[in-house]
Amino acid sequence: MGMTKEAHWIEPHPHGIYVKPADAWIDPSRPVSRALVTHGHADHARGGHEKVWATPETLAIMGLRYGTNVGQAVPYGDGFELGDVKISYHSAGHVLGSAQILMEYQGERVVATGDYKRRSDPTCAPFEVISCDIFITEATFGLPVFKHPDTTVEIGKLLCAREGNPDRSILVGAYALGKAQRVIGELRIAGYREPIYLHGALKKMCRLYQDLGVDLGDIRSVMDSEKEAMRGQIILAPPSALNDRWSRRLPDPVTAMASGWMSVRQRARQRNVELPLIISDHADWDELTQTIRDISPSETWVTHGREEALVHWCSLNQMKAKALELVGREEEDD
Amino acid sequence: MQAFSDLLDRLIYTRSRNAKLGLISDFLKSTPDPDRGWILAALTGELDFPNVKVSAVRNMAMERVDETLFRLSRDFVGDTAETVALIWPERSEISASEIPSVGEVVDELTAVSRSDAPKLLANFMDHMGANERYALLKLATGGMRVGVSARLAKAALAQAFEIAVEDIEEVWHALAPPYSELFAWGEGRADRPDLTGVAFFRPFMLAHPLEDKAIDLTDYAAEWKWDGIRVQIVGTGEETKLFSRGGDDITMAFPDVAKAFDSEAVLDGELLVRGEYQGGEAASFNALQQRLGRKKVSAKMQAEYPAFVRLYDILFHGAADLREQSWTNRREKLEKFVPQLDAERFDISTVLEARDFNHLGEIRDGARNAAIEGVMLKRRDSRYISGRKIGLWYKWKRDPLVADCVMMYAQRGSGKRSSFYSDYTFGCWTEDGELYPVGKAYSGFTDEELKMLDRFVRQNTLNRFGPVREVEKTMVLEVAFDSIHQSKRHKSGLAMRFPRISRIRSDKPADEADRVETLKKMIT
Repeated sequence: MGMTKEAHWIEPHPHGIYVKPADAWIDPSRPVSRALVTHGHADHARGGHEKVWATPETLAIMGLRYGTNVGQAVPYGDGFELGDVKISYHSAGHVLGSAQILMEYQGERVVATGDYKRRSDPTCAPFEVISCDIFITEATFGLPVFKHPDTTVEIGKLLCAREGNPDRSILVGAYALGKAQRVIGELRIAGYREPIYLHGALKKMCRLYQDLGVDLGDIRSVMDSEKEAMRGQIILAPPSALNDRWSRRLPDPVTAMASGWMSVRQRARQRNVELPLIISDHADWDELTQTIRDISPSETWVTHGREEALVHWCSLNQMKAKALELVGREEEDD
Repeated sequence: MQAFSDLLDRLIYTRSRNAKLGLISDFLKSTPDPDRGWILAALTGELDFPNVKVSAVRNMAMERVDETLFRLSRDFVGDTAETVALIWPERSEISASEIPSVGEVVDELTAVSRSDAPKLLANFMDHMGANERYALLKLATGGMRVGVSARLAKAALAQAFEIAVEDIEEVWHALAPPYSELFAWGEGRADRPDLTGVAFFRPFMLAHPLEDKAIDLTDYAAEWKWDGIRVQIVGTGEETKLFSRGGDDITMAFPDVAKAFDSEAVLDGELLVRGEYQGGEAASFNALQQRLGRKKVSAKMQAEYPAFVRLYDILFHGAADLREQSWTNRREKLEKFVPQLDAERFDISTVLEARDFNHLGEIRDGARNAAIEGVMLKRRDSRYISGRKIGLWYKWKRDPLVADCVMMYAQRGSGKRSSFYSDYTFGCWTEDGELYPVGKAYSGFTDEELKMLDRFVRQNTLNRFGPVREVEKTMVLEVAFDSIHQSKRHKSGLAMRFPRISRIRSDKPADEADRVETLKKMIT
C-alpha cells in the first residue's frame, strides 16, 4: 500500500495517537500532559493526565473512576483550537458521552472514532457520520462472522427466559459502563417494569447515568435484597462475577451474558453461559464496512480489534488502509 | 430443521444432565418421524454421510467470501462448521416454509455424490438462517459438540416413552436410523421389534464396589477380575461380532478373535492380550491399549499382541436365552461349552476356591499378576440382569496404591461446580528437588473438603492461565490410584489409572511428599 511518504501530522504510536501540531494525544495508555479522550472505558480513558479534553459525560465517568478533575468539557458539536488544529467532538453512539474526534489542520480533516456503533441505544446519542479525509476506525468485531442480530430479538430471549423460569433468577453479565445501562434501557423500552437488581460494582455507574438524565426505572441493590425477592427477577453483574462465589447468594440463577462475543458458541460455553445474548456496543462487520463506504475517506486507519481483516477488506475494495499498532487495548467484555 | 437447530443451541448451553434429558425427551415426543429418528441417530453418533467432507464445506465458503477473510474468521471462531454458518451471505428474507425438514436433508445428503455435495449444501444454506446453517453443517459433517453421550440420548428416549432404558439398549443395536419401529413401539402402535437372526449387543450385567461389606461364600462365587476390556461375543452361526461395554462394535479391531468363533451363542468375557514375558499369561492393560481404538489392525500387531477372551458367562446358547437362569446353571453350561472352542483364543475364568471370606482376602492380596485388578463376587442364584443391581455382583478391587502429592494447578469444574476450583493437577519431587506433574484428579473429596480446597486455591494463586490457576506448592494431597504406567503425557513420564484424592494432608509439609522415583517403582 502506498501510504503518505512524509511524516503525517498525526502519528500513531504504540501507546496512543499523537496529534503533533496540537501536542496532544488521543486515548493515550500512559499519563501525558494533554489528552483527548473519546470515552470512559478503561482502555481509552486513564487517570494521571495533566489536562483532559472530553465530553461532560465522559469527564463525569472519569471523575467517578479516577477521582480526577482536570478536564475541559467539550459538548457534542462544540469546537476549540489547540495549536493550529481545529478540534470538535461528535457522538459515536458507543456509550454515554462517547465521542468521535474531528481534527482539521491545513485543510485536511481527520476523524478518530474511538469505539462506535450504528444501532440505536436508549442510553446514548446516535453515531454521527462526519465526512473526512482520514478515517481512524476501531475494528473490535472486524470479521465477517460478526453480524449482530436485532437487539429486540435478544431482549426478547431474556424476557422469555425469565417467563420460562419463574422459580429461578436470571443473572446477566454486562460490562459495568455502558452495557449494563443499555440492557436496562432496552428492557424498559420493551415494557419491562419490574425492579432490576444490581451487583455492587454496577451501582455507582448506574446512579451516575441517572444523574445525567438517563431513565433506568426501578433499580435495586442485590446486597440490600432478600434472596427470595429475587426469584423470577433479572439481576445484572459484571462478567467476572458470573461464576464467582458472589453468585451463590442468588436463587438458582440462569447465567446469561450480554456481549457481542456471544455469537460464537464455544466462547459462550467457555464462560459457562446458559443464555448468550448478542448485544454489542460496537459496530459489527456490516456496520464497519458500511461506515467506511458512507464516509468514503481517502485513507482508513484501523486502531484495534481484528485490524488485519478490515484492512484486507479495504484493499479488496480498492481503498487505502493501514493498521495502527496500538498497545494496551484490551479485549473488553463487550 | 428449525426445531433441531433450537434443540442443538439449547443443548450447547445447558449444563445439567437432567435438563438435557428433558430437552431431548420433549423433542422426541413432539417431533414427527422420520426427523426425530435422524436426530436421535445424530446425537448417538450413528449418522454418517461419507460423501460430505469438512474440507469441501470450507472451500465452498471460501468461494463466497474472500479466502483471507475466511481464514482469519476460522482462526478466531475455532470451528469450521460454525465459521461457515456465521459467514454465509444471508438473504434478507427467508420464509419458514422454504427451510427443508431434517428428513429431506438426510435423504439428499445420503444420495448425493461427493462432487455434488457442496452444491447441495450451498443450496440448503441459501434457504436458512445462521442457526439452521450451523445445525445443518453439524448434521452433515458429524461431531455435535453438545455434551450429549449416546447413553444420555437413549435415556432421554426411555424417559419420553416410559420404557426402561435396558429394554431400549436390548434392541437398539439391532435397529438402524431413523428407528421408526422403535418409536412405533414407544407410542404403543406396534410390538417390540423382532430381532431373530441379527447379531446384536445385549446390555452387560455390572457390579457394585464391595467396599467394607463381608460376604458369605456359600451364597457367592468368587473369580478374578481381569484388567482388560469387558467384551461380549455374539455369534449367530452365520456371523460373529464383538461389542465393548458401551455396545460399540469392536469386531474390526479384533478380527483374530472374531474369526475363531463360529457358534451360535452370546458370551460375556474379558478381552486380553497374551504377554510374551508372562509365559502366555495375560499381559497388563497397557499392552491391550496398543490395540484399542484401532479401526484396522495390521498382521504385525495381531502377531505381537495376540488377543484372546477369558470367558465369564453365557447369555444365549443356540436360540435359548439363559439370562433368567441362575449363575450356577449358567456357569455349568459355560464349562461344558468352552472346551468346544479354539483354546488359543478362548479360555474360562477360573472360580477361586477359598475356605471363607478372610481366606479370599488373602488370595486377593497375594495376587501378583499385573492383569489382575481384584476379585469378583457373584451371587450364585443371580439372574443375568442388565446394569447394576445391588447385592448381586460385587467387585472387590485390590487395595489402591497411594502417594502423597503436591497440588500444582487447579481448574474450575463444570455444572454445579463451575464456581469451584475442583480439578487438581498434582506432582511429585524429582531428585533435583523439582515438582513434576504426575496426574490430575477431580473426585474423592466431600463437599466440605471441596470448599476448603477452593478457598486454598483462591488464597494461594501464583499465576493465572485462562481457566487454570497455578498455586503455592504447599498443599499435600494423598492420591489413590489403581495402577501407574509409563506415559509421555506428563513430564514425569508417568500416568496414573483412576487417580482420586483419598485424603487431604494439610498436616504434611510439602517437601515430605513422595518422589517421582518412588512412584516409578510402583509401575506394573
